[in-house]
Amino acid sequence: MPRRTDIHRILIPGSGPIVIGQACEFDYSGTQACKALRADGYEVILVNSNPATIMTDPDLANRTYVEPLSREYLTEIIRRERPDALLSTVGGQTGLNLSVELAEAGVLEEFGVELIGANIQAIKKAEDRLLFKDAMRSIGLETPQSQLVNNERDALDFATRVGYPAILRPSFTLGGSGGGIAYNREELVEILERGLALSPVHEVLIEESVLGWKEFELEVMRDLADNCIIICSIENFDPMGVHTGDSITVAPAQTLTDREYQMMRDGAIRCLREIGVDTGGSNVQFAIDPKTGRMVIIEMNPRVSRSSALASKATGFPIAKIAAKLAVGYRLDEIRNDITRKTPACFEPTIDYVVAKIPKWQFEKFPGADPTLGTQMKSVGEVMAIGRTFKEALWKALRSLETGKAFGSESYDPNLIPQKLITATPDRLNYLRYAFANGYSAGEIHEMTAIDPWFLEQVKEAVEMERRLEEIPFEHATREDFLHAKRCGISDAQLARGWETKELVVRERRKQAGVRAVFNRVDTCAAEFESFTPYLYSSYESDCEADPTARRKVLILGSGPNRIGQGIEFDYCCCHASFALQEFGIESIMVNCNPETVSTDYDTSDRLYFEPLTLENVLNIVDTEKPDGVIVQFGGQTPLTLALPLKRQGVPIIGTDPENIDLAEDRKRFGKLLDDLGIPSPANGTATSGEEACEVARRIGFPVLVRPSYVLGGRAMVIAYDEEAVRTYMREAMSFSHDRPVLIDRFLEDATEVDVDALGDGAGVLVAGIMEHIEEAGVHSGDSSCVLPSHSLGERQLATIQDYTVRLALALQVVGLMNVQYAIKDGTVYVLEVNPRASRTVPYVSKATGVPLAKIAVGLMTGKKLADFKHLTGRRISGCLEAPQCFVKSPVFPFHKFPGVDPALGPEMRSTGEVMGVGESFGEAFAKAQLSAGTPLPDKGTVFFSVNDRHKAELVTVARRFVDLGFQLVATRGTASAIKAAGLPCKTVFKFNEGRPNCVDLLKAGSLHLIVYTSTGAHSFSDEKAIRRTAVLQRVPCITTMSGARAAVEAVASRRRDPMRVWSLQEIHERAQAPA
Amino acid sequence: MDSAILALEDGTVFEGRSFGAPAERAGEVVFNTAITGYQEVFTDPSYSGQIVVLTHPQIGNYGACSEDSESARAYIEGLVVREFSPLASNWRSEESAAQFLSRQGIPILSGIDTRALVRHLRTRGVMRGVLSAVERNAHTLIERARGIPTMAGLDLASRVTTPAIYHWDKPVEKCSPSERLAPPAEPSHHVVAYDFGIKHNILRRLVHVGCRVTVVPALTSAEDVLALKPDGVFLSNGPGDPEPLVAQVSNIRKLIGRVPIFGICLGNQLLGLAAGGRTYKLKFGHRGANHPVINKLTNRVEITSHNHGFAVDPDSLPAGETEITHMNLNDGTLEGFRFRNHPVFCVQYHPEAAPGPHDSHYLFDDFVRLMAGKHA
Repeated sequence: MPRRTDIHRILIPGSGPIVIGQACEFDYSGTQACKALRADGYEVILVNSNPATIMTDPDLANRTYVEPLSREYLTEIIRRERPDALLSTVGGQTGLNLSVELAEAGVLEEFGVELIGANIQAIKKAEDRLLFKDAMRSIGLETPQSQLVNNERDALDFATRVGYPAILRPSFTLGGSGGGIAYNREELVEILERGLALSPVHEVLIEESVLGWKEFELEVMRDLADNCIIICSIENFDPMGVHTGDSITVAPAQTLTDREYQMMRDGAIRCLREIGVDTGGSNVQFAIDPKTGRMVIIEMNPRVSRSSALASKATGFPIAKIAAKLAVGYRLDEIRNDITRKTPACFEPTIDYVVAKIPKWQFEKFPGADPTLGTQMKSVGEVMAIGRTFKEALWKALRSLETGKAFGSESYDPNLIPQKLITATPDRLNYLRYAFANGYSAGEIHEMTAIDPWFLEQVKEAVEMERRLEEIPFEHATREDFLHAKRCGISDAQLARGWETKELVVRERRKQAGVRAVFNRVDTCAAEFESFTPYLYSSYESDCEADPTARRKVLILGSGPNRIGQGIEFDYCCCHASFALQEFGIESIMVNCNPETVSTDYDTSDRLYFEPLTLENVLNIVDTEKPDGVIVQFGGQTPLTLALPLKRQGVPIIGTDPENIDLAEDRKRFGKLLDDLGIPSPANGTATSGEEACEVARRIGFPVLVRPSYVLGGRAMVIAYDEEAVRTYMREAMSFSHDRPVLIDRFLEDATEVDVDALGDGAGVLVAGIMEHIEEAGVHSGDSSCVLPSHSLGERQLATIQDYTVRLALALQVVGLMNVQYAIKDGTVYVLEVNPRASRTVPYVSKATGVPLAKIAVGLMTGKKLADFKHLTGRRISGCLEAPQCFVKSPVFPFHKFPGVDPALGPEMRSTGEVMGVGESFGEAFAKAQLSAGTPLPDKGTVFFSVNDRHKAELVTVARRFVDLGFQLVATRGTASAIKAAGLPCKTVFKFNEGRPNCVDLLKAGSLHLIVYTSTGAHSFSDEKAIRRTAVLQRVPCITTMSGARAAVEAVASRRRDPMRVWSLQEIHERAQAPA
Repeated sequence: MDSAILALEDGTVFEGRSFGAPAERAGEVVFNTAITGYQEVFTDPSYSGQIVVLTHPQIGNYGACSEDSESARAYIEGLVVREFSPLASNWRSEESAAQFLSRQGIPILSGIDTRALVRHLRTRGVMRGVLSAVERNAHTLIERARGIPTMAGLDLASRVTTPAIYHWDKPVEKCSPSERLAPPAEPSHHVVAYDFGIKHNILRRLVHVGCRVTVVPALTSAEDVLALKPDGVFLSNGPGDPEPLVAQVSNIRKLIGRVPIFGICLGNQLLGLAAGGRTYKLKFGHRGANHPVINKLTNRVEITSHNHGFAVDPDSLPAGETEITHMNLNDGTLEGFRFRNHPVFCVQYHPEAAPGPHDSHYLFDDFVRLMAGKHA
């Protein structure tokens, strides 16, 4: 059954912005699908609102639309492009839901588009929990007892019958959003209410608890000829009760006999057949009662999923790529296994190592959020590690997490151990170690955690190994001691702490003792066949399979786990670096540990090292590969922190000198540079103690911005309006115990913030984009919408910004990329910070201008000049690139996952992802961006205002425009009187704490459609928090700045004025290239 | 910590930790790539004369339970693993895997770089070796490895076969209350099974599809078999080289055309010889649970369980009398054929699985259908 010839054009919907539960794994799957289909001669039309993805690069599809993933926009794209087929299974739940919507609305039928991958009946049967349960019963698979409810009475009846705890899962939400475990009647009512509100079909499944059961997943593939194969089995370290996205997981499954595994395999295949997934990959989840062996099926996803990305990386079997090929008619046995070259893809990978995945959480970003892990996913990213044994893999994965805390030197309260074991939180793995160290038995720990005794035994063995090693004096450690430690996965840094010496001293002695890392290959077949793909992981075995080449080569250090402030944008840069190196004839070698990414796909780079991004692991690779250069400026903060230590070890870092990167972070030296250049910056100082900090603050004047040096994503950054706030901050900062001082800046209130990306070759500078932020300075740049080209800056200001940028780049001898943040207040341009490295906005600017910034940057770093890239920059080698249309980038926030957290914006970045809107005007682009971000602005209805006194002058202008557009106005007393005084109609409403009915009541009743609530500055009051939180839950757009309100009214005007229209990036870029 | 040594005939030596019996055993060193099913491997009589390297690095995790044994005892000569678990964790486990092997005198070598060993065997071919938890001198062990007979030309089937006829009536039993298993069919056919090292799951599967099974020793004559009035004859798997089994082949020739025959593994090789074909030794064999086999009659792919070091040369089979039905998609080796004019068919792989996927259970139904056809 060869490929289909009756279809030519295939539409692929992507998954949109990075959110909790749907991250860059779908960039990976979509990118693979695009590449596979195009390689087969199909034309691909891609739609994804997320500009930070690799899949939305104009090179990857024939037509790329960065447009909202809504039915209306997709319909318009289908009308324009007339695809023959729609591949629904590689864009996550978003892509799948959208496909269903288009099919059900008759759009696909109207335009003759065939749904490929999974048909509509199969999707419904898998996604509708009742249909699914019936289907499973009919093929003899058990499911937990359950009932679908849409009201409280039915839910309570069920719980009375089956007993507590009860599991609640809202239908059709991402990552189990809004679900939970109810231990009593009160919790049941609370979770149910939230779940019903979040479910697009107003339904929640209430279910018998299988808490504490063993949890497994199988990744299954099926072709049109009904050939079925299992790619990978995954066992959850954390038993049932913790969402699999929040569980530590292990591949392959470790505690099943062949009988039990085959029972599960049979069940998974029966499930695919019954659901009717004709082609592609699916993920099937099972739970097993550890006491009786009773097995129930939990769910199946009829599409490529987070777990399939993990399974692909864990085995070397590219699930999404193969799924795309199966969807166009290939059989599994017609597709070759890339790794062995000789054998077909129709087989079941077998692996001779162990893989561990650990999620990355960031509760520190969301004060007040409940860190308990349950059925709703809360992690923002994950790391994977490969080891020859489970212990080695788990300990490597722990290192990959970059928690910032030195492993093995944490302090904890032994009294908390039982509680921390019983209730799963991100800390549980650490507390397992503490528990063993404190003499708890494996049996006791099993009782408290229900974690399988085999896993506990592994943790115990590693803890005992650490302790044994600490007792041996460093000078007496033998080759055997080192070997045992390394084979357990213990790092040099950890050994150094135990032995009270330095990491590099341990490394030296270890190497002298003859204990060195070797590299093994991921080959899908446990060495049964020769592997042609250098996909490698380190181990302490006897035989090194790295087999480095003698070519000119460059190592790229990736960005590690996804986290807020360091996400897919940096993976985009790293992948581009790799593609560019290959184009320039240089071997590209990638190092990363994030299984969700395109960078860890074995065919992105010439060679892939799946390794933690630590000094030790990177040095091991450098020792083996001996690269001509190492790139540290594309992976965000992770590789930057390694830059100087690597340089000191003689590793050749290419591009901007790490000393200069460091200089830009060093407040004193950088301040002097600015003085020398005559470039203004806000008054500032540094401090290492509370008193010193207050002194500095008094000197430069309040409010001040206080932050640690070396941060990304504004971690631990606050605006302080008084000395008390400064002191509180310093107390906490000191406990983090960085030996670097705290930075204190004068905070420029109501200033306009500007982000600039530029390219430098050491002699010349090309400004790539001057982006104007929509929110004022003070809101983290990653959390602010920004527009390209700027829409309110004057020629003179733009010229100043360009001039400063060029002079800064030259002064810092920037070779590659640089990002500068400016604030403009009262006509003066101030430099806020300079980062001589790739920034979060590189993919956005690249997509807006059509100029591949990362690629050019790599060229510059490997010795080329800006003049060599004239063909890519519209012949510009200086000045500023032009954006041919209007582009707005907007952030996407995870607040609805963290009920109770105040969603007000501030200097601490909290958005997980971003979207881009394209338009003829700022308003049109902003309206699209807001729609894509999941907070569409209303066309009509009521706007609620509550603004502080500083904003009242501007308020009237904005309010008048809303009234002109036909909106009703409601405001709190002070605000309302200002509006009324301007002669506009406005209703007055009570504040939250004034009485009833108040603004929150109106919001809950659905009478408010847009909220404008600006902060009162110094303190967040309960009133503000209550309304912002309610707005998040009610999904009503809530704007917290006046500049945001101005943008919103522009967008609303555009929605009323402009027709629905879309542009592909290819069209936009062609227009930019066309002679005027 | 006790140590153990594996010495290969080519002088390669691996030293690690001893985990099983303090014994010394010799045999051909082979590797198996299955992730699950170590106990089935330990007890498969086809591993007689072989030291087994398991590529999955964590072995022993789920212990051992009597239901999962494929014969009355462990047949491997020795076990080589990357890491052996002293702890068993599974609701069906009755003892630890180490206890299971130790009490049967099987040595275990743990903690070595099994991947390096497997790569060595893959490139050089399987070879003789000695695993010792007793002798410390590697040179002595290398010499001993060179002294043992090679697998080629070795009749091991006669050593592992049952000494006497017996009946088997146990069907497959559920491993979990949730396992979906059709109830065993009513006994309708009498099958005489030649035991060349038969696995219990073949017998259980035969009973499950409605066979009454009589198991006979490897050297039972065709006449004695026919005297038992079988509806069908089954030729089992087994260890060693098929070529020396001249008497068995001659008995099989006499049975072809008289009664429906189904052969698995060694049974497949013996039918190949009986048909006039040739067998040859594979460089490093097929041992694992993930081999893709295409059924040429249905054009479907089955993921199959393998354990063989020899194979039938497909070019040597008389095309007029036989038809190739199954081929291996990895390396194009023969995986099954049937006779054109007689109700005789066979496969090189293990449709009974144990360990491995259940994709090929249909072959047992095919056998029943073939026998039913005879009566019709």
